[in-house]
This record gives sequence, C-alpha cells and structure tokens, in this order.
Amino acid sequence: MSEILSESFLPKINLQEGTNWAIDFVKKTILPIFPDFPVQSGSVLVMLACAGIFVAVVPLLPLVLVLAERKVAARFQNRTGPMRVGPWGTLQTLADGIKLIFKEDYIPPQGDKLLFLLAPYVIFACSFAVFAAIPFSQKIIVSDFNIGIFYIMAISSVIVMGVIMAGWSSNSKWSLLGSLRSAAQIVSYEIPLGLSILTVVMLVQSLSMSEIVGSQDGGIFTWLIFRSPFTFIAFFIFFISSIAEVNRTPFDLPEAESEIVAGFHTEYSGMRFALFFIAEYANMFAVSAIGVTLFLGGYEGILPGYDFLGGLPGFVIKSLGLVFVMMWLRWTLPRLRVDQLMNLCWKYFIPISFFNILGTGVWGLIFRNDDVWSIGISCAIIYVGLIGAYTVAGRNLARKPEPQPSSV
Amino acid sequence: MEFTLKTFIFYGFALITIASAFAVVTVRNIVHAAFALMVTLFGVAGLYVFLQADFLAATQVIVYVGGILVLILFGVMMTSGRLEMRIHIERGQLLLGGGISLALLMLLITVIANTPGWKNRTDDGTLLPPTTERIGELILKEKFLLPFEVVSVLLLVALIGAALISRKEVRD
Repeated sequence: MSEILSESFLPKINLQEGTNWAIDFVKKTILPIFPDFPVQSGSVLVMLACAGIFVAVVPLLPLVLVLAERKVAARFQNRTGPMRVGPWGTLQTLADGIKLIFKEDYIPPQGDKLLFLLAPYVIFACSFAVFAAIPFSQKIIVSDFNIGIFYIMAISSVIVMGVIMAGWSSNSKWSLLGSLRSAAQIVSYEIPLGLSILTVVMLVQSLSMSEIVGSQDGGIFTWLIFRSPFTFIAFFIFFISSIAEVNRTPFDLPEAESEIVAGFHTEYSGMRFALFFIAEYANMFAVSAIGVTLFLGGYEGILPGYDFLGGLPGFVIKSLGLVFVMMWLRWTLPRLRVDQLMNLCWKYFIPISFFNILGTGVWGLIFRNDDVWSIGISCAIIYVGLIGAYTVAGRNLARKPEPQPSSV
Repeated sequence: MEFTLKTFIFYGFALITIASAFAVVTVRNIVHAAFALMVTLFGVAGLYVFLQADFLAATQVIVYVGGILVLILFGVMMTSGRLEMRIHIERGQLLLGGGISLALLMLLITVIANTPGWKNRTDDGTLLPPTTERIGELILKEKFLLPFEVVSVLLLVALIGAALISRKEVRD
C-alpha cells in the first residue's frame, strides 16, 4: 500500500526495514480485529493519532523546562524559586497553566482580528513541525526524509512570519517594534546558522538527519564537533546563532521587558499567550536537539558499541544539557544592544562561517576518509587553538576596554 | 479516474493554492494580501512534494517565505500609512492586462500539450531518486555551472549596489 502517497514525505518510524509503519500497524494489529477496517484512510488516522501524541507530549516539555528555568534562575540569584505548590514547587507550572486557561482571551479592538487570532497558531505549528525530522533514537524518528536538516531550516524560517503577524495585528507600538526587531534578528542570524550547518553537511555529504547521526557512531571522537577544527568552530557559531533565533537573553531584544514591555506578544493574554510561551520553550529544546544531532553525536553514545549517553535517554540528556547552557547564559549575560547584535552577526559570524566552509572543503580534500589520523590531527589543532585563544584573548581583554558607542 | 487519498490531498493543495492566490489579487488590505501569498507559496511547495521534488519544495519555503516575503512585509510595515488600497482600473489597462494574461495562458497550454507523454503518465507509485544530489551535480559540475556562476555574480553586484544606495554619504 506504500504507493498511495509519495514516500519521501510520509511519516515513518524507521523500524529497520523502512516500511510505512502506519500501514503496517493497521495491517498487523487492527485488521485481525476489524476485518472491514479501511486500510488507506485508517493508516492516515493512525498517523493523525501519532501526531496527536506529539502535540500532547511536547507541551509537557515546557511544563518541565519553565520550572527548571525558574529553579536555575533562583540558584543563580541565591534564592529557592517557587516552593509552595507541590513538593519543592514542582507543580507550580501546572498551576500557572491552569490559571492561563481560565484567563480572559482579550482581542484588541483596533487590531486586525483575523491575523491576531491566527498568529499564535502559525508559530506553534511551525515549532511543532520541526520535531517531525528530529531523530530521538534509532527507531523514534517521525519522518526520515532525505532532506531532513534542510526541511528543519525551511520550517523554522517560517516562524518569523508568525512573529510579524502577531506584532502587526496587535496594533500596538511595542508589538510592532518587537516584531520588527525580531524579524531583523532572525533573518540575520539565519545566515551564520545555515552556513555552520553546511560545514556538517559537507563532511557527512548528506542532508538526512539519520545519516548525519549514523556517521558519528564510533564514540565521542567521531562526533562531528571533533571531526575537524572547522566543525568545532561551527558548533559554537551554530549554538550562539540558535540562541539568537529563539530570542533568548543575550539576544532577547525582541521581547526586552525593560524597553518594549513584552515585544511582539505584548497584547496577548490567556491561552494565546501560553501558546507563544510553549512554542518558545519547545523551540529551545528543538534547537538544542538539532545541535546535539548535528554536532554531539545525536543518539550515539560516548563509547563505540556501548549505550552510555546514547539512545533516547542519552539524546534527551545531551539536549537538556544544551538547554541548561542556554539558561545559564540567560541569567549570566546582559542584553546586547542592537548595533552589537548586528556587528556580532555580520562582522564576525558570517566571515568566520565562510572561512569555515572553505576550510572544511580543504579538510575534506586532504582527509578523504575519517580515520585515526584525521581525528587525531583535528583534536590536536582544536587543543592548541583553544589554549592559544585563551592566552591571546586573556591578554587582550586585560589590556583594552570595550569601545564605547559613538554618541548619536 | 481513481479517487484515492493521494488525489484528495492533491486537490486540497491545489484548492488552497488557487484560492489564496485569488485572495492575493482581490483582497484590499495589502498586509492580508502578503499573508495570503504565504499560503500560496506553501501550497506550491506542497505541489512540489507531490512531484517528488522535495529539495525544491524546501527551497521554495526557505527562499520565498523566509526571505522574500519577510522583506515585502518589512517594506509594507515601514512605509505605508494607509493599508486599504483602492485600485482604479482603466479600460486600457484592463484590455492590456487581459491580453497579456490570455497570451500567458495560451503559452502554458501549448507547453503542457507539447510535453511528451503527460497524458498516459499515471502515478504508479514509483519512487524517483532523491533530487538533491542530482541538482548539486548539475549546478556545480555539469552543464549549468556557467549560468550558476553568472547568477551569483549578478547577486553580488546587486548586494554591492544596495549597500551603495542605502549608505549615507559621509563627508569629512
């Protein structure tokens, strides 16, 4: 029955054979019980049910992450965080969620009602669609298309449309300013993000997420971050750019509380506000998961053949580790100015990324296959480079202070 | 014609594409038109998926929705004070536009009619090989290398020109 839909975009959990799991499931499990079950539309129903599972599970993620964020923030500021609801305040986010459900859903009368109502769904849908291509473990990947990472970039570039929609339709200056800032920021940082993903794609020679993970199955030193010195740099560019993409604190100008209230979602309340919130945290996790998949071995473990830090638990642990780093940065660093933000992107990240691509090409020509030599040389270069950067940066930072902005 | 699930989804995409494209040209509010264009571009991307051109579909979304449409909206939001557009259509314009549209339609029909074997080409479910590799080889290795390079130089020129125009002249 697999000829019904074009195969490349069908959701399938890869059960080794790469068959269409939904139709298999219907044939094996449901047909013996209900012989009249329509296989064709039935398998679509099964797919919808699975999508439903995703939509039900992913909002649980923010439930945990929001609490974690508050607890982390509290630790950083020497407080305890929420402690009243449930043991150690663990039910606080649940209470907040229930509160948000019962709040009034206010629609600004001067705004554009249609777009105002649609905007949260655009953002929400896009940040969920990203999860379709993330390989959580060898068997749990919703759809393993051969353009996986490219699909993720395409879908996540649509989020900015939702942001613009929300900002414009609210008919509020804070919202509009926030959405303009956000659009400028996301469009700019998409370039270094894409270029740093390209270095990985050049080494693996595939856009498919499962093939990218599959090429990192030889333990920690075959993870792509250590495979060449250029991917090592690319990882940091990727991570910093993705923090900018999800509008988190060193780069949270679009929703800077002290300047423009809450940015593009100033006018939203109740459940629609909660949708933005869920989408933000789901995005955070998705971006970390993509980083783990591309650079940190995905579901592959530290040792070849062993499952230590591998499989689904290992994948989740690594992703949550990156999420923790994001929270850490948020509660440590101050917000950048707009000019600093753009300088960082256009004057540093993009040239470095281009250099990276050139370097990766040369590296790929010199070491056609990854062996002990190439990885050894790469790790040595990374080590020497880190020490060199540490000493040089330390000396320079000690000498000259940050240049002040010219008075405008 | 056999009415399978695939045809159902295909007609869904086609309907979305045409309806939203119609909205783009008829809706008065220019921002609404821009967002309707987003739906159209998505619909076209969906149709590409049906042609098993997955790379093209993703490129369509990334370039048009993520790039060009954002730019259009930026322009609209930054510049226009009033968003309701009342478009006057003169008789001459109507004739000219109708003529051009008709010519375009004839051209498309000719191309479709002259495409070899589109009528008896049924979708038998054969999987075509993934397109990404082939596109890469064609652009960077085989016959489309020169056009590709020319286009990239053209884009570079456009970039430099944009920077030159938008820059304020600094006098010492």
